[in-house]
Amino acid sequence: MSTAKKGMSIERKSNLTGWLFVSLAVIMIFVFYFYPMFQALLLSFKSGTGMNLQFTGIDNYKRLFSDITFITALKNTFIYLIIQVPIMIILALFISVLLNNSQLKLKGFFRTAIFLPAVTSLVAYSVIFKYLFATDGLVNKLLMNIHLIQTPIAWITDPFWAKVTIIIAITWRWTGYNMIFYLSSLQNIDNSIYEAARIDGASATRQFFGITIPLLKPIILFTSITSTIGTLQLFDEVVNITKGGPGNSTLSISQYIYNLSFKYSSDFGYAATVSYSIVVIIIILAFLQFKLAGDDK
Amino acid sequence: MSNIKKVGMYVFLSVCAFISIFPFLWMLTSSTNVSADVTKGRILPGSHLFENIRNLFETVDISNALLNSAKVSISTTLLSLLIASLAGFGFEIYRSKARDAVFSILLLSMMIPFAAIMIPLFQMFGKISNVVPFVGIDTLSGVVLPTVVTAFLIFFFRQNAKMFPKDLLEAGRIDGLTEIGLFFKVFMPTMKTTYAAAGIITFMSSWNNYLWPLIVLQSPENQTVPLLISTLGSAYSPDYGMIMTAIVISTIPTALVFFFMQKHFVAGMTGSVK
Repeated sequence: MSTAKKGMSIERKSNLTGWLFVSLAVIMIFVFYFYPMFQALLLSFKSGTGMNLQFTGIDNYKRLFSDITFITALKNTFIYLIIQVPIMIILALFISVLLNNSQLKLKGFFRTAIFLPAVTSLVAYSVIFKYLFATDGLVNKLLMNIHLIQTPIAWITDPFWAKVTIIIAITWRWTGYNMIFYLSSLQNIDNSIYEAARIDGASATRQFFGITIPLLKPIILFTSITSTIGTLQLFDEVVNITKGGPGNSTLSISQYIYNLSFKYSSDFGYAATVSYSIVVIIIILAFLQFKLAGDDK
Repeated sequence: MSNIKKVGMYVFLSVCAFISIFPFLWMLTSSTNVSADVTKGRILPGSHLFENIRNLFETVDISNALLNSAKVSISTTLLSLLIASLAGFGFEIYRSKARDAVFSILLLSMMIPFAAIMIPLFQMFGKISNVVPFVGIDTLSGVVLPTVVTAFLIFFFRQNAKMFPKDLLEAGRIDGLTEIGLFFKVFMPTMKTTYAAAGIITFMSSWNNYLWPLIVLQSPENQTVPLLISTLGSAYSPDYGMIMTAIVISTIPTALVFFFMQKHFVAGMTGSVK
């Protein structure tokens, strides 16, 4: 980009113009993200109900480690994370590779159909899933009709199956969304690379692991980080499908923070402490994922 | 490719497509059935659509919720596109070390979970309420404000601005356009696809936003659609046909936006400028 050298004043003017263009966005991000983040940190050292908060030092953090509900929420969230994110990413990758096949017919139909769930509102699909997976719901009826199960599964009311239902629901909603990212990256890969591999006699599997995966690494990293953050913030589905129950067996951290702030006798201070645990987890996991991906970005 | 593999591929994709579409079909047919039939597991369409619609409009103020959601999503989308694209343009076209550093800091905000900032935001809007009542708690502008700008969108515009032909700017300058004029008259029209994609993403997430409106809105007349659906869905003895009708109606706007702009969406995601 070597345009002709310009005078200092023009450069300075252009610098000022640059700041003006970005200023509004920068201010808003600071006001609505970083400042609240800092406020939450201060809050996490306070305790009390409503707006009457007193400084209590690290009491909240001590409470955190002996808080059984918090530990349950943390455990649930990790179960969602460890099981759901890999399943979804592998499924999305697999589907996108199939859809990128030049000989495939009905490509547009498959792509639109599989992406469709990503269009629905989280609340709307959660309510639909709640009814579909009710004990006397359609899913059980269907499974019993094809004799896959003998008695209906308590999808919503059994602690184990309720988690499974949440995982199925999130996977349904987000696989197509992630698939679109992979698909658009795949379309950018030069076909000649594959042709060369084919001439060298590489099998489809070899091509997938040898070419596709390495080339998609940045986007896989991106989607796995966003999915991780998304899962750690899980709220709408749990609230609208199981309400966190039965017991607290599907309770997510975000829901617990919401309950602490607005449902039980509100304790903003302790809620902020719990929320900081998510921040710490996100930082650790993002760091791990970057490391895992080889840190080339 | 061998025939078995080919058949396997079609079967697999068909199953995926079926699972993806089925809840939609069920939602559509259920909106035409009475509650009792939905419970019985009826999949076929019925003839009770108008009855469900009438029940819905008589039971809850869904037209008001739709209007609220429309106000929120449209204003969020317009503001968002303007502010984020100004920033994306600024960061990419007037590059400097200092601004690149600021940009990296902004990206960090993508890691901030909403749950971690919702309490301070709630308190912030509580304070704003005392000064300017029309942007604080229980107002639609209160819903809009904190969700307008996301680092993702700034990043998205900057990424796409990389592919913007810079000589167009030089040409514009020679024609005597100011820098802001370049943005509105050259950059914006050239980047239509990017705007379309960003618009779809923003509109959808705003239309579907649940947690922040749940916290900030209190009175029933300010309810947005997701809040209404959630309330309906958790009813003790739900009228399934009616609720499905409500969900169908709530999905129409995002579905329309998606189908009309699908081409732009995929093109925009790929980051191409055509």
